[in-house]
Amino acid sequence: MTALLQILFDALSLGSLYALGALGIALIFGVMRLVNFAHGDYIAFCVFALLWPSIDAAAIVFAGNLPTIILIPLILAIGAGLSVLSEILVFRRFRNANPATMMIASFALGYVLKNFLLMLFSSRPKSIDLWSNLSQQVEIAGARIPLLQVITITITIVILIALTAFLKRTRFGLEMRAAAENFTMARMLGVKANRVIMLAFAISGMLAAAIGLILATQSGTVDIQMGMSVMLVAFIATVIGGLGSLPGAVIAGFLIGGASVLMQVILPLEARPFRDAFVYGAVIACLIWRPQGLLAPKSAKQRV
Amino acid sequence: MTLLSVDNITVRYGRLTALRGVSLKIEDGETIFVTGPNGAGKSTLLKAIAGVVPAAEGAIVLGGQVITGASPESTARLGFSMVPEGRHVFGGLTIEENLMLGAGMRKDRARVGEDLKQVYDVFPMLRERKDKPAGVLSGGQQQMLVIGRALMTAPRLIAIDEPSLGLAPKVIDQVYETLLKLRDSRGLTLLIVEQSSTRAMMTGGRMILLRSGQVVLEGDARTLARGDTLKKAYFGYGEH
Repeated sequence: MTALLQILFDALSLGSLYALGALGIALIFGVMRLVNFAHGDYIAFCVFALLWPSIDAAAIVFAGNLPTIILIPLILAIGAGLSVLSEILVFRRFRNANPATMMIASFALGYVLKNFLLMLFSSRPKSIDLWSNLSQQVEIAGARIPLLQVITITITIVILIALTAFLKRTRFGLEMRAAAENFTMARMLGVKANRVIMLAFAISGMLAAAIGLILATQSGTVDIQMGMSVMLVAFIATVIGGLGSLPGAVIAGFLIGGASVLMQVILPLEARPFRDAFVYGAVIACLIWRPQGLLAPKSAKQRV
Repeated sequence: MTLLSVDNITVRYGRLTALRGVSLKIEDGETIFVTGPNGAGKSTLLKAIAGVVPAAEGAIVLGGQVITGASPESTARLGFSMVPEGRHVFGGLTIEENLMLGAGMRKDRARVGEDLKQVYDVFPMLRERKDKPAGVLSGGQQQMLVIGRALMTAPRLIAIDEPSLGLAPKVIDQVYETLLKLRDSRGLTLLIVEQSSTRAMMTGGRMILLRSGQVVLEGDARTLARGDTLKKAYFGYGEH
């Protein structure tokens, strides 16, 4: 029972990261059919924003020393700002280009961001002490769960509820949902394209910042590559969930997180190093079964 | 007073020219039909006015303001409400959300609630289902919803592309009956695109016939219906 609970928390906390990442990608895909591969680099950028630029092996913590109540909004704002800036400087120019062109532009942007960080901080991973007291364990129904996992899951649930309320209850949310379904029609009803797209980028950037903070606390290291693995799985989650579907992205994120943790437990010892192959095998099976994704959005349906 | 004037516009899709030098004037309160065969450029004309496709040449003026090259959202904000072909309801949004989306850009917040009530009075079926996703509506009901949504923008001119497409004749009658009723009660100007000229003749009003991207005939719908000039112009007889 306690082992089961531990597996459940492992799955939920890993799934949380994937779900937040997938949500960030799906939001932007919804409004401009762009798969933003620079998203992983936003995550890394936000984490490096905690540090003072230096190529030393030891991290010189700068912004990271601010009190939590200032630090969190600051990093979220940096994520949002970077994301909106990349829309204005890069993606706006490709708005009417085909999706493949936009995707390549996002690779290029990611490359630029990565090398910018490389220049300032070097490629060596640095260790950082961010909220390390959260690594202590708490006891829940007999199982010993790291406090950070509980917090990660709670934060994710709060973000999901807040985002749902924003999308369902506010004017901006209504405009974003409409734009995701049929952007041209929304514009013909007076919905301002730039505002909706910038808003989607801002939220997506904040989600990247949240992932960055969680990852940095979890691993205690800062690394230029740190957003990559989350980004890859998050992208796969958006595809499985049905590209453009926000609930689909979240559900698929949790499913992949759950599958990874579960396979780590149930696979025979010799097969465990190949866990990812099994996870991606399940992804392939899932796509053969439902090529349009678990929850294909309305906009993807054939219009008669 | 001229509400909309399209002056000599040309629209190209790559190497294909969809409209060549089309001009048109619409007076305030007028009903005007644009008809013509498939591929004549009817939808392109509406899209060019709405700002969805750019005009390579020519000028478009709406209510005294030049809107050539303006974005769809700014054209909509000047009172041009477009109902494109294929209806385009937001299937994942509820019926009421669809309607309210149209009202988002309005400055006269106080009148929005009143207009919503009016739309529901005209289409009681929408009120009954206001919290249902719009995707569940039938074709005819969706057509009613997009007309209602266009009304919620408090437009000066509603442009409708093929309102009868894919609807049963009885439903088409209903759609037109409501449109004309609304036109009279709210002083709307209507720009209606239909492939068939029959509706234009039944409804009356001015008619413009487009063929191969050019205006080939213009006049009163009922007068044109009498002779065979219309048929000749539509099919291009006697030109070969």
